[in-house]
Amino acid sequence: MTKTAARPPAEAIAVHPVQAPPPAGGRGRRRLADQARAYGFLLGGLVCFALFSWYPAIRAVVIAFQKYTPGSSPEWVGTANFTRVLHDPEFTAAWRNTLTFTLLALVIGFAIPFLLALVLNELRHAKAFFRVVVYLPVMIPPVVSALLWKWFYDPGAGLANEALRFAHLPTSNWSNGADTALVSLVIVATWANMGGTVLIYLAALQSIPGELYEAAELDGASLLQRVRHVTIPQTRFVILMLMLLQIIATMQVFTEPFVITGGGPENATVTVLYLIYKYAFLYNDFGGACALSVMLLVLLGAFSALYLRLTRSGEDDA
Amino acid sequence: MSTRTLVSPAALARPRGRAVYWTVFTAVVVLFAVAFLFPVYWMVTGAMKSPDEVAQTPPTLVPKHWHSSGYTDAWDLMQLPQHLWNTVVQAAGAWLFQLVFCTAAAYALSKLKPAFGKVILGGILATLMVPAQALVVPKYLTVADLPLIHTSLLNDPLAIWLPAVANAFNLYLLKRFFDQIPRDVLEAAEIDGAGRLRTLWSIVLPMSRPVLGVVSIFALVAVWQDFLWPLMVFSDTGKQPISVALVQLSQNIQLTVLIAAMVIASIPMVALFLVFQRHIIAGISAGSTKG
Repeated sequence: MTKTAARPPAEAIAVHPVQAPPPAGGRGRRRLADQARAYGFLLGGLVCFALFSWYPAIRAVVIAFQKYTPGSSPEWVGTANFTRVLHDPEFTAAWRNTLTFTLLALVIGFAIPFLLALVLNELRHAKAFFRVVVYLPVMIPPVVSALLWKWFYDPGAGLANEALRFAHLPTSNWSNGADTALVSLVIVATWANMGGTVLIYLAALQSIPGELYEAAELDGASLLQRVRHVTIPQTRFVILMLMLLQIIATMQVFTEPFVITGGGPENATVTVLYLIYKYAFLYNDFGGACALSVMLLVLLGAFSALYLRLTRSGEDDA
Repeated sequence: MSTRTLVSPAALARPRGRAVYWTVFTAVVVLFAVAFLFPVYWMVTGAMKSPDEVAQTPPTLVPKHWHSSGYTDAWDLMQLPQHLWNTVVQAAGAWLFQLVFCTAAAYALSKLKPAFGKVILGGILATLMVPAQALVVPKYLTVADLPLIHTSLLNDPLAIWLPAVANAFNLYLLKRFFDQIPRDVLEAAEIDGAGRLRTLWSIVLPMSRPVLGVVSIFALVAVWQDFLWPLMVFSDTGKQPISVALVQLSQNIQLTVLIAAMVIASIPMVALFLVFQRHIIAGISAGSTKG
């Protein structure tokens, strides 16, 4: 759309016969004043974006190639930061843990909310109750959720083992065992975050036209077949969106490992973001931290770009 | 609203269908109570047990003796009023800064046609592709030593307020909403002699109440729930928000006192949610399907 096409009424009023047409110089000045005013409104936001989004993004890449400690002048070191970080044994552990966490979160934190939404959508009573209760953990601060589950996982008086004992099952080390710690953290993250996912699925399920189920049923489709051939294809777009969002979110996990396990036991829960934090604030090695940040940025940026592309094309369809 | 879903109404009406329905219904109610309500109950009552009782196995379902000292100790020993106040200041400031600067910028981009407006909008939207947490370290360095003016915002609430403005999602939400306001309405105001600011204040903002509500809730919740960023920028214990203080103090404090503090830290956001649940849930459900 061109600028003139959008504003014929204003133009018509400006050249009202009684008024003399404004001189060219006046119009230019008017336009300049308009621009100044527009930028006046933009200024605050623009400064904040420049300082806290654009500049740090560029700076992450620059510092990744520098030896950098605050207070002293930076020194170019080429790819030394990357090679140093790559040779850190924690690097492999952090990436392996982060990817495992994301994968487990997709399996656990993905199937459960979908099934839950599927069942909730069939219930005719107490809908408001279910919606409020499932979203309640999302409103509890993540730090509180983490501390709460740390207490549940406690090997002594923890509720998790008590529940297992109650069901006559063998107890577990939960977050204290090297092989169970990561799964324990995924459970916390799923519990704390699935409210939003369930609500989004519910909305998507409600938008499926009822005739499709009716037609499928007339053709003799069983319940499972209806889920497979109607529900899943109809919600495929939302499923894909949420999967991408979840990958982006879970790969930045920090609070749970920091609060519950401190990265242990035996580095079993050190994540990439945790390692970035360690490089910056424990080792005072900002070059290494930025090298790691750039790696995370490139990987997650690709997922974000894909997500944005898909949501925009989805908007056009709607 | 009763549209046809996976299970047909006819199947539900049959005696067998009805039995299955009520079984599933009961199972889901129990599941929800155990999974989502019970942890909250456990936390609230756990803080009221005696230190011995909370550590005993098997645990007691109901406190033998109700103590309120967990809550009062948490309030006093952990300096909760101080940390809660810090959080309120940080959240309120972030909300106000976002509302003022994001609204102004969105209004300019949507209605004032600034030169290079499209480039600026593109630059803002591009930041959506950058995962926030991957940038915390360079952002920290920027806040610690602001370019040109060389001052540090560490331990200053401005370190929360100003970066909060750089929220492309909220800004885009506002711009999209402003785009829908017909140009004629704004031109009518202009003809009546209203300036740009007057038009924004008296015409655009009153029409934008729904989107301002959504942005407000997002802004408040984001600051209240954040952990990594305030952990980085507030090394001064007296300035820390409640989330950071809880973790820092969790090491050397009695369990019942810590649990009580956790409950207190959760109350503001849970209360906000219970008051505005209709709007919040509608917002999540509507915003998502449209993308």
